[in-house]
Amino acid sequence: MPKFTLRINKKTHRIDIDADTPLLWVLRDELGYTGTKYGCGRGLCGACTIHVDGEATRSCMTAVDNVDGAEITTIEGLSIDNSHPIQKSWISEEVSQCGYCQPGQIMTAAALLDRNADPDDEDIDSAMKMNLCRCGTYDRIRKAIHLAAKEQK
Amino acid sequence: MSQGYSRRDFLKVSSVAGAGLIIGVVLPYKHRLVAAGLVDQTFDPNVWISIHPDNTITIFAAKSEMGQHIRTSLPMIVAEELEADWSQVRVAQADAHPDKYGSQGTGGSGSIRRSFTRLRKAGAAGREMLIQAAANKWNVSPKNCRAESGTVIHLSTGNSFTFGELVETASELQVPENPVLKNPKDFKLIGNAMPGLDTPSRVNGAAVFGVDVQVPDMVYATVLRCPTFGGKIKSFNRKKAMKINGVLDVYEIDEGVAVVGKNTWAVIKGQRALEPKWDHGDFLSWDSTRIKNMMEEKSTGKAVIAREDGDLTSLNGDEKIEVQYEVPFTSHATMEPMNCVAHVKKNSCEIWAPTQSPQRVQTTAANALGIDTKDVIVHITMLGGGFGRRLWADFVTDAIQVSQKSKKPVKLMWTREDDMGHDFFRPTSIHKLSATLSNQHELTSWTHRVIAPSISGQMAPERFKDGQLDRSAVNGASNIPYDISNVLVDYIMANTRVPVGWWRSVYNSQNAFANEGFIDELAQKSGIDPYQFRLNLLKNAPRHLGVLRLAAEKANWGKKMAKRQGMGIALHESFGSWAAHVIEVTVTKKGELSIDKIVAAVDCGLVVNPDGVKAQMESAIVYGLTSALKGLITIEKGAVAQSNFHEFELLRIDEMPEVEVYIVKSAEPPGGAGEPGLPPVAPAVTNAIFAAIGKRIRSLPIKLKDLKV
Repeated sequence: MPKFTLRINKKTHRIDIDADTPLLWVLRDELGYTGTKYGCGRGLCGACTIHVDGEATRSCMTAVDNVDGAEITTIEGLSIDNSHPIQKSWISEEVSQCGYCQPGQIMTAAALLDRNADPDDEDIDSAMKMNLCRCGTYDRIRKAIHLAAKEQK
Repeated sequence: MSQGYSRRDFLKVSSVAGAGLIIGVVLPYKHRLVAAGLVDQTFDPNVWISIHPDNTITIFAAKSEMGQHIRTSLPMIVAEELEADWSQVRVAQADAHPDKYGSQGTGGSGSIRRSFTRLRKAGAAGREMLIQAAANKWNVSPKNCRAESGTVIHLSTGNSFTFGELVETASELQVPENPVLKNPKDFKLIGNAMPGLDTPSRVNGAAVFGVDVQVPDMVYATVLRCPTFGGKIKSFNRKKAMKINGVLDVYEIDEGVAVVGKNTWAVIKGQRALEPKWDHGDFLSWDSTRIKNMMEEKSTGKAVIAREDGDLTSLNGDEKIEVQYEVPFTSHATMEPMNCVAHVKKNSCEIWAPTQSPQRVQTTAANALGIDTKDVIVHITMLGGGFGRRLWADFVTDAIQVSQKSKKPVKLMWTREDDMGHDFFRPTSIHKLSATLSNQHELTSWTHRVIAPSISGQMAPERFKDGQLDRSAVNGASNIPYDISNVLVDYIMANTRVPVGWWRSVYNSQNAFANEGFIDELAQKSGIDPYQFRLNLLKNAPRHLGVLRLAAEKANWGKKMAKRQGMGIALHESFGSWAAHVIEVTVTKKGELSIDKIVAAVDCGLVVNPDGVKAQMESAIVYGLTSALKGLITIEKGAVAQSNFHEFELLRIDEMPEVEVYIVKSAEPPGGAGEPGLPPVAPAVTNAIFAAIGKRIRSLPIKLKDLKV
């Protein structure tokens, strides 16, 4: 089996696995980063969103051989102590309900704030609209992103 | 969990104690375990509370957490009566144990309303024992002591003990049978928005859902089911699936073909390689049109009466209006698909499941394996959404069969496609309504015939036969609140092979759409404002009136709207609570609909966690909007036509309106919160569309062609 060198949350992992394995399953089954979730397996829901070289990326549609050597960040790597501004605002707005889609929502929101420090509602909608939430936390997601932007200033 | 012994020990100890009572369970063998150094000394006045010497308090939640923040609200009730400091409180999930906790089924918006008094008593018992323990230590009267913020204070001297310092002494005391509950005016936690105990773990990936459970030596599995309901596997390409790297085994189980492997990707690829041939069975010739035709045919047949008031025959002179409302099948589509980890051992079984029904899981496993329920340990994980889907245990049966056959612990996961094709869907329904208006615009009669598949009829066909009444199916129809002298509500069972189940608010979602749409039509026929029309008919329904007025006032009902904009109103009572919404919409000339604003009012009695109630209303509104605007399940060739989120669409953030939620202040007993906000959503939207463009929509989901004028 091919060997890959993965840089995940600033740690290096060497792994032997089929080249077509989606990064999602490498993270979850092989390396124990279970914060990244499976929702659809077809890039339709955003629950599996992570950062690859800083870009919000669907890990269910990203084969492991495409990210050999790239800098990968999962929800666990955003900060485990909830110190990232997005995590802080997610807590103070009590955004999460069941919480299953939230790692994906948070990773998409964090990438948005990285490229746009002060997004308006339209920017937020266009960045976040491919992330589904069945509990319907959208209104609070918007508020939390605005709050994080404000706190970051 | 911070306690110094495992959950397994705790269960053993408790079951030895024959813990049949909810209040006053003591653990007689615990002294021995403490003496032997096996467990830390804790003070456990009952099964809900464990107070540790380090001053932390573990409160056990016996309801499943699926986003309703129940693992915060239930501990709040205990902590309130206990006089705990909220910062001391930790929550732990109770394993399935009917003798200890009573029903752990989480549904019917019932967690708080069905546990409220019991949990208050549990907390109060602990508080009285801690006060007595302190009084004993000081050798003073307990009347001169008070519990406050995790301490007991001696009023005369100001001396105090922390709860942790009282653990040993309190453990020696008798549990009071009738502890005195606090006066609600002294509540400090109840009624305040407390930070969620699970919130931090939901934003850093630490929360453990069913799919996240890992146990040593575990294998992974999927099950491919026949897409056609009632169909069976004829043949499959085992060889091809076995060739996939990481696939360990492929075999038939009751419900389809299991692929077992070393990781999830291997079993997904194995499933795709199966090349199944199906024996589709007789449902293959069915589709949504045929189902609708069957229901239409049945609709003129014999109906069973659910409610009959007055006399419908004497209204010949009045103007009669007849309409038909229709609602389709829809899916729960929880973001976390169905899954279960099971480990079948020699004479026992251990299960980790995201379940709304721990005890159904326990009995399902016990029956399948021919073992005693007490030998089935069920750990309840976090649930990635529930909405009624996880009251079923079909995914547990799969996992048990695979673990038994492969002789290993197994993580069984359904793919999204498996999940969408094999839900227990919200039943489709047809509603035939009629009413008469006198020439003074008085509503003189109302009839509502519900034609729908019966969930009870599917579960217990011998008890709920075709032609019989399924009371649940007329929920929200037979209890229409309006003051009308002549009312007839009846029901016709119209079962199909499509599995049906309890979907958030159950039949209330369909019946409220019909009721509240039709009442709006009658208001229009009468030339009376729809809000005023409802007010006139609710003189004897104070709680309906309360939410209706609150929503209308906060939304500034009757304000001037721009062209092609409209405001709609609807209300409904369900699960012990009342909800009313005012919804503002815009419909463009092209027929594009936008939901602009929703003002919601709810009366759910005394509120434990106001932010939790607000979040549940927001959530029910989005769930309701999805089913009103999108979320359609259709049947083609006896199977579900939709496979994933590109075909079964959910509401997205760019379609999300501004939502305001207002909660009626009330000292009445708590009502439900998870579901009551849903039923009024669809009719408030369609009523608003009528106000905007004069088109009446009587079939869901709303289609673009309905909106073109």
